[in-house]
Amino acid sequence: MTAILTAIAVIAAVGAIAALALAIADKYLAVQEDPRIGLVTAALPGANCGGCGFAGCGDYARALVEGTAAPGACAPGGEAVNAEIANILGVAAAATERRVALVKCCGTRAEAVRVGDYNGICDCASAAATAGGDKGCRFGCLGYGACANVCPKHAIRIEDGLAIVDKRLCIGCGKCVAVCPRRLIELVPAKATIHVLCNNPVRGPEVTKVCGVGCIGCHLCEKNSGGKEAGHFTFNGFLAKVNYENPPTDAVLVDKCPRKCIREDAHFETGH
Amino acid sequence: MLPKQTGERYILSSSPHAHAKSSVSGIMLDVIIALLPAFACSVWFFGVKALLVAGTCIASCIVTEALSRIAMKRENTIGDLSAVLTGLLLALNLPPDIPLWMAAVGGVFAIGVCKQVFGGLGYNPFNPALAARAFMLVSFSEAMTRWSSSTWKAAAGVDAVTTATPLQYLKTFATAAWEKMPDADRVLDLSNVSFLKATFLGNVNGCLGEVCSLALLAGAAYLLFRRVITWHIPAAFLGTVAIYAFFNYGMNVNALKLAEVHVLSGGAILGACFMATDYVTSPITAKGKLIFGCGCGLLTMLIRTQGSFPEGVSFAILIMNAFTPLISRFTQPKTFGAK
Amino acid sequence: MKTVKSAFKFHGGVHPQYNKELARDKAIEPIPLPKTLAISMSQHLGAPAKCIVKPGEHVAKGQLIGERNGFISVPVHASAAGTVKAIESRQGPAGSWADAVIIETDANQAETPPVLLAPLDWKTATKDELLARVNDAGICGMGGAGFPTSVKLSPPPDKHCEYLVLNGAECEPYLTADFRVMLEHADKIRIGVEIMRKILNGPAVRIAVEANKPEAITALEKAFADIDGNVEIVVLPVLYPQGSEKHQIYAATKRLVPPGALPIAVGCVVENVGTVAAIADAVTNGAPLVSRVTTVSGDGIVEPKNVLAPIGTSYADLAAFCGGEHEGVRKVISGGTMMGFNVPHLAIATTKTTSGLLFLTEKNIFQYSSEPCINCGRCLRACPMQLNPAGISRAVEADDIATAEHLGVMNCIECGACSFGCPAYRSITHLCRRAKNSIRARMAAEKAKAAAAKKV
Repeated sequence: MTAILTAIAVIAAVGAIAALALAIADKYLAVQEDPRIGLVTAALPGANCGGCGFAGCGDYARALVEGTAAPGACAPGGEAVNAEIANILGVAAAATERRVALVKCCGTRAEAVRVGDYNGICDCASAAATAGGDKGCRFGCLGYGACANVCPKHAIRIEDGLAIVDKRLCIGCGKCVAVCPRRLIELVPAKATIHVLCNNPVRGPEVTKVCGVGCIGCHLCEKNSGGKEAGHFTFNGFLAKVNYENPPTDAVLVDKCPRKCIREDAHFETGH
Repeated sequence: MLPKQTGERYILSSSPHAHAKSSVSGIMLDVIIALLPAFACSVWFFGVKALLVAGTCIASCIVTEALSRIAMKRENTIGDLSAVLTGLLLALNLPPDIPLWMAAVGGVFAIGVCKQVFGGLGYNPFNPALAARAFMLVSFSEAMTRWSSSTWKAAAGVDAVTTATPLQYLKTFATAAWEKMPDADRVLDLSNVSFLKATFLGNVNGCLGEVCSLALLAGAAYLLFRRVITWHIPAAFLGTVAIYAFFNYGMNVNALKLAEVHVLSGGAILGACFMATDYVTSPITAKGKLIFGCGCGLLTMLIRTQGSFPEGVSFAILIMNAFTPLISRFTQPKTFGAK
Repeated sequence: MKTVKSAFKFHGGVHPQYNKELARDKAIEPIPLPKTLAISMSQHLGAPAKCIVKPGEHVAKGQLIGERNGFISVPVHASAAGTVKAIESRQGPAGSWADAVIIETDANQAETPPVLLAPLDWKTATKDELLARVNDAGICGMGGAGFPTSVKLSPPPDKHCEYLVLNGAECEPYLTADFRVMLEHADKIRIGVEIMRKILNGPAVRIAVEANKPEAITALEKAFADIDGNVEIVVLPVLYPQGSEKHQIYAATKRLVPPGALPIAVGCVVENVGTVAAIADAVTNGAPLVSRVTTVSGDGIVEPKNVLAPIGTSYADLAAFCGGEHEGVRKVISGGTMMGFNVPHLAIATTKTTSGLLFLTEKNIFQYSSEPCINCGRCLRACPMQLNPAGISRAVEADDIATAEHLGVMNCIECGACSFGCPAYRSITHLCRRAKNSIRARMAAEKAKAAAAKKV
């Protein structure tokens, strides 16, 4: 009996001493932290995607409170979150619109020429460094999934040798943009529905040699959308690009593109 | 000019475009070939029992490998022969009278728990066969230490019901009885039981694979010749065992004989040449291999002489497996031209 | 002049199947002038040359078409008389794209006399004249990397070149171009050596040749028999990569180039034998570098040959000259099998560094896999730089570039010895290259950042 009592007493004493030590430590060793950091962290989505350029949501929150970062960099959170953060910090909210990744290539295995059988590490950068890549078009998507591998939301899948973004899942963190060796992923406003899915600016005859659906810069899309004055498209060399400040909405453009490289969003969201 | 089209495209790969044509399955096959003499000896001494144990282990390893790859939705890896090798090594580490269901459980544990859980060949931190043996030693300790059939036991005059391995003899009988014996008698005792001859040529008790040192050494020579293993680990391992034993038993002729017994029995050769040299679980540099081998030898002898087990090779190697990343970290090679 | 055996063997190395017998006995044969040439402005390491001709312009053989553009750069000359058809982006042997001058060659070359530089007598010319000539003739290392030779030949003022090492190892399988040059043009090599000795203030000369080229050694011995000064032919053991700069210096002089340093740090300059012959031509004949010997070989080509082809000859023309492809060619390699580049098609044209063009069928190729490393240590034993390729490759696979850097990946010479022996068929060399590229990119970014910070 005494043995049990001794044991209980010893355990209780050890517990009491430890509790006391913790209490003292808490009082004297406490780190003073701006309470707003906690609030901002809570307001952020917690995806830790790194799209803001910081190691995670906590890091971004600290930078926001310390004033070294501007609100509005959180793409996944969008306007609501940014407004809330601005509210906590007492600054005006910057207007942001939701942006999503767009893979500017539609050259599937059937449409785009492959110049060789790549045998090596399954990774876009490695394939691109091996004889310049196995795709005939040196601007096109290689389809080895570097973007899909870094996507924190699994919003990108590789289908028929081509990366496809599921717009509904994309949080616009931009990791895929950075990792693509061909630099053909771009963040575009989510509300735009019509896109030019090509990244090849060289002359038409060169494009048609390597791809069945590459843009040849014929300007038909521009003509069909009200001409140059309407300003729905811009051109870089022989490559049309949607002007996302003023995106076109008429789905008829899709059918009228002779190269079939203007596509509507809906086309890509099937199958998910 | 249009690029070549489907069907006749050139392969694009990174340099080099030449290969020595060595392969993982080739290496595994070499090790299996090297183990065949020892296995043949065990069949010679233990008969069909050895065949059954080995067959069970190998089959259980292959089946476990196949099933776990299916479960993990990865490609089948039976073809690399590593499961066959693990099965054979496990069998060589089991006593001939082990119940077959136990051998099968050992195989499942080796492949399922010690290898595939970590991601398969190349990722396992511990030698699967040895880890399984350790698991079985703890789980089925009675069956794992029951030795029968022996020509050696009669000569030694030991009780015939349960017979001892040479090391068990050293541990239990030698320590007690020998203490009182004059040196000359000890040597006489050793020569009477023709310890050395028996262990070298086989004809002793023990696991399937530890009965014949000569067969094991022949296999090791084959591996060295084929450059599958380097001399570093076996030499450091066995050298440490011999030196430790020599110093431990008094640095005289008698000690020399005992050192030989320690080297030639208890799976030291099997462990040093076939288990400690397992690529995945041993350091990659020559210096690292030497440290690893010495560590294995030292731990083996500490367990044999100071611990309660008569045998320490498996535990020594397993413990050193755990040290492999640390050893590797401190034994990186020095770059060409670096001071 | 004497011939000695090298006593210094480096760690590692491998013995690939050399297959040199396919082309070694074929004398250098000039190719009939191709109808079109595509001369890339990026012929070598460093900045591409600046194109100074326009489409429609008529050029003479030897005329300057690309100007030196930066310190590490050499000029480019027209390889034949003809009309500039276009200047367009073309894929080079290494896979990257660069501007190329497309020349439609004249059927009658005699109509337009070639533009030559004034021939010089090396005995009377000054050091600076000779050095300027090496640069003006557009000479860069013809062994592989293509480092501008004039840069190599002008060491920093605080460094003195004590050894000039001639690289005649040609350790790459299949290639016999250097061997043929040594055999047929040993006299040119001798003149080149005299010129380089003069430029470098009289260093000792070591001519390193692998032991499997006894005919070349005999030819060199004959040509160099009466040369004065400290000249030795060093016979190297047959081992890949004996032709690597650092390893050759060790084999020939026992000096060790520290990691990250250039050969001049230990008083050595290494130059390929083909380059040395080109220097002799540039000085004595005033001929710019507009052609080179390329070995066309492999089991996929009908008639393996050593071809003297103008720079800018398409691979298709080279193949046609050698009887065309056999059925079932699966790989075309620009260079040797150990360090060469796979090319996707034959529209690619030769450059000053194209030492070989190999056509391989199914039985001479293999497939890489992505199997895990089994830690067997073969790559470690093979690595001539004494690195840990297994550890590096695993780190890169895990995207842990910092560890790869810590393991010394920047010292990797990409010789391919590690992948060559890997039983798991891992693409180790490629992983090392990937790590090097990403470290270089990071360094460049850091440098740019530091420069920007300095400006502010």
